Amino acid sequence: MYLNIVFLPLLGSLVAGFFGRFLGGRGAGLVTISCISLSFFLSGLAFYEVGLGGSSTYLYLMPWLESDSFHVDWAFCFDSLTVVMLIVVTFISTLVHLYSIEYMGGDPHLPRFMSYLSLFTFFMLILVTADNFVQMFVGWEGVGLCSYLLINFWFTRIQANKAAIKAMLVNRVGDFGLALGIFGIFICFGAVDYATVFALAPQLSSFSLTFFNIEFGALNLIGILLFVGAVGKSAQLGLHTWLPDAMEGPTPVSALIHAATMVTAGVFLLARCSPLLEYCPKALIVISIVGGMTAFFAATTALVQNDLKRVIAYSTCSQLGYMVFACGLSNYSVAVFHLGNHAFFKALLFLGAGSVIHAVGDEQDMRKMGGLRRLLPFTYAMMVIGSLALMGMPFLTGFYSKDVILEIGYATYSNASHFAYWLGSFAAFCTAFYSIRLLALCFLAEPNGSRALLLSASEGGWPMGLVLGILAIPSMFIGYLGRDLFIGLGTDFWGNALFCMPSNLSLVDAEFMSTDIKIFPLLCSIIGGGASFILYKRYNYNLFLMKTSFLGRRFYTFLNRKWFFDKIYNEVVTQKLLDFGYHFTYKSIDRGLIESLGPFGISNVLMDQVNKSRAWHSGYLYHYLVILGWSNFLFGICFVFGFKFSRILALLAFIVLWSIL
Amino acid sequence: MDFIHFFFIAALLFIIGVGGVILNRTNIVVVLMSLELALLSVSLNFIVFSVCLGDLMGQIFAIFILIIAACESSIGLAIILVYFRVRGSIRIDQASLLKS
Repeated sequence: MYLNIVFLPLLGSLVAGFFGRFLGGRGAGLVTISCISLSFFLSGLAFYEVGLGGSSTYLYLMPWLESDSFHVDWAFCFDSLTVVMLIVVTFISTLVHLYSIEYMGGDPHLPRFMSYLSLFTFFMLILVTADNFVQMFVGWEGVGLCSYLLINFWFTRIQANKAAIKAMLVNRVGDFGLALGIFGIFICFGAVDYATVFALAPQLSSFSLTFFNIEFGALNLIGILLFVGAVGKSAQLGLHTWLPDAMEGPTPVSALIHAATMVTAGVFLLARCSPLLEYCPKALIVISIVGGMTAFFAATTALVQNDLKRVIAYSTCSQLGYMVFACGLSNYSVAVFHLGNHAFFKALLFLGAGSVIHAVGDEQDMRKMGGLRRLLPFTYAMMVIGSLALMGMPFLTGFYSKDVILEIGYATYSNASHFAYWLGSFAAFCTAFYSIRLLALCFLAEPNGSRALLLSASEGGWPMGLVLGILAIPSMFIGYLGRDLFIGLGTDFWGNALFCMPSNLSLVDAEFMSTDIKIFPLLCSIIGGGASFILYKRYNYNLFLMKTSFLGRRFYTFLNRKWFFDKIYNEVVTQKLLDFGYHFTYKSIDRGLIESLGPFGISNVLMDQVNKSRAWHSGYLYHYLVILGWSNFLFGICFVFGFKFSRILALLAFIVLWSIL
Repeated sequence: MDFIHFFFIAALLFIIGVGGVILNRTNIVVVLMSLELALLSVSLNFIVFSVCLGDLMGQIFAIFILIIAACESSIGLAIILVYFRVRGSIRIDQASLLKS
């Protein structure tokens, strides 16, 4: 049963991939959906057994790499963290598969698409079920690869190609950090399987490693390197630029990649490594600061994006910032809880956005929508639920996890946490603002689209509606239902899967904070949402004036161009690197130094000398005679001064020099 | 008897002969004559050494050299004659067909 959870999606993917042309789009869809839904069903059973029953399961398949003390197995470890991820991933994936049947129904490459989706799910399952870092890395790279394939699904579009390459390469930067982290783990622990590493972590807290010729505390270094991996995958500040560009893929892909699977891998890694990270206080500080800044940055950027999917992508980035920030404050359970909740409402938002885009003829610009409330009432309702959940409105899912994260930020007594708390609270304000802005521009504003499109706008078929309806239920209730299980006071659900040092424990402090502080982020959200609603409903013209004023335009451009991150990266990093690669390493070193000292240099010198020697052979008798005379003379000198080796050598050198010149 | 003068004269004649071969750029007959001069100097040297050392071997060599020189100059003149028939000129500086 446990192996089936992991390998059923692979089966579906292979069948749809290899036999898709015999099965056709619907057939391939049927195969993959049945495989993945069976996998989801089994995940439910696994959740019951492992999570609720408290019986962690470990499956050993076979040895993979064995070399001296290096030992890697193919083995699967199902503990409560894993089964939570399993449920989330397979649930969202099943719904996305179902949704794709309708959404991508007219696409001639539907079997390929379904195959990629299933393959993606398979790699994600490998990632979450692995019992060692190397096998986890297989899944890690696998989801990167599948994200490339999926973003690039419409491979004839140049933008999709570029976005896919960007996603792959930016992720690779993080993967490099993760690989270094795994190397560091092997150097320090001599093992890469979780059980050994986490058991030994407390013993190695005084260990040190030399990296770039600087001595670091080993665990801190490893923690930061692992976090670099998480930064790439979870689109934290610095390596976040791939995430918004990845919107070039089809919408179900965005829902899968950016709601449930790929970007959560980074948070999952941090949660998985909790027994290790707990002994790296400096790494935790870095993690919480970066997380807080990401939440803030992404939320402000999302304020003025005009692309429907891009807004949601930045909101994903922002929510991931919250999760990472919770991890940095050692509250891994809260982070994983938010991860699960976020997966539900973000999938709902993405799929709702897909429904909107589908209805208005693949238009993604929010400025050209408007007035869809009466045309798409069901989608509107779903989007409202998703947005309110995202804003953390009371009694919806987001409320139960997001506000806990912010409370923890306030309750933890450190500079980093308070820094992150204030940024996070402001991000909560922005989150509410852009969520309502999205709703207002798409649904409430005056119709701005073309008449023909609006006339033909209608809800999608039953699969899309069903999926949205199903997703809306957990978006409303899962937070309330899961709260006590996941982050309740003294819950033993997590068992040994997550570890928090008693000195880092702040959940209790957060519970007993004064109500004013607790209600502050919620107030931020409500004020943000209300302000946005009023501004976009009533004072649209004033917004326009604000936007076109001198300062306003600067500010708007700054945010709309994503804080100029892409510009700076392209101009300072990428272009410089490409120039360096072309002008220095290629033109100067490869084509210059190595070739002029190597083949071309030798052949040129040789040809020169040969030409010079040929000039001696002039055809004139007297030239030959002069040479004869000279050589006789030199021979005579040798004869007179004796055949001393060094002199002859000197003479020969003289002759050679003379001939070259 | 002071043989050193004879040696000097022989060496001088030889150098003049070689110099004539090398420095002459027009007339091949002069080259041949210079060669004869060099051979003459050599045979003179042999004779002087023969007298100086009281050994007849040098004079025998001188006679051989005379014969060889005669043969050489006859063959050389023949070659020049044939060459003149072919080319119509015996200038050395025009005989550079065997360039690289």
